[in-house]
Amino acid sequence: MKVFIYPTNSLILSDLVERFGHEPLAIMQEIGKKVRTQGLDSPPMNMTPEDPKFGLKYAAVEVPSGVRGRMSLFDPLLSKAEAAIIVIEPVISFGCMGCARTNELVNFLLRGKKIPLLKLDYPTNEEDAKMFVYKISEFLKSLKPAEDKK
Amino acid sequence: METITKMIVINSSKLLPSDVAIKLYESKAEVMVKETCFGVMVSGERDIVDSLLLEIRKLDPYGIFIKERGFAPGEPYRCRATRRGGAKPGFHNLENDDKLLPHIASALKALDRGEIPIQKKQTKKLNIDKFKEIIKESEVL
Repeated sequence: MKVFIYPTNSLILSDLVERFGHEPLAIMQEIGKKVRTQGLDSPPMNMTPEDPKFGLKYAAVEVPSGVRGRMSLFDPLLSKAEAAIIVIEPVISFGCMGCARTNELVNFLLRGKKIPLLKLDYPTNEEDAKMFVYKISEFLKSLKPAEDKK
Repeated sequence: METITKMIVINSSKLLPSDVAIKLYESKAEVMVKETCFGVMVSGERDIVDSLLLEIRKLDPYGIFIKERGFAPGEPYRCRATRRGGAKPGFHNLENDDKLLPHIASALKALDRGEIPIQKKQTKKLNIDKFKEIIKESEVL
């Protein structure tokens, strides 16, 4: 099953989802697709003026282009998501995750999608980490296994 | 075929990035390998990289963490060598995640042992009526 992770650039979440036999939907895949296309129009991320226009699907034109540009990156992930794991208030958000308004919008859209959703607190010590991993494993076990990639 | 890059982050007391890099070279798979301070980056076709890393993870299942990376190793827009040094974007996120990896590793070990962690009691928010009482009690007449 395709599992959306939030923060979408998290090493821990991406690793755990893959470890338990599902496919993580991470922002790195989308960035990879953008930067691997031939001819970089707008380095480093190759976000062109066209991208904020794709973001209009989610946000009005008066919303900052940063939000709309980010939403254009998140769009393929959100549309593919069959389940989601959300970490509430991660310690810090960097890069594509560094916009609080986009993050709120993404969380709102995920809640509206009516897909299996797991909300967790960010672990800070070993006991919390044990609960964190246990909850994720139980949640992922309850989902259908990922189809073999062709 | 889609070419991808995956990062292997090593947080192990028995495995070094160089050990993983040697194992990757030994496999003779058609991938590009770059050893880094945190682990190894592997670039190649998705099928090859995925199957290769499945084997690599077995070297230390609790000490190896893997995630995909958008940029290829040595990408001029991201590589420190062409950006006058400094941390690459994404390093701070990795540094933040890296602090938690020993806890996650011990949590994975506990999970494999079949340990069920005890749910901590969550502190409830203060009832509004109770709060009003406290305010009344502390009022100076």
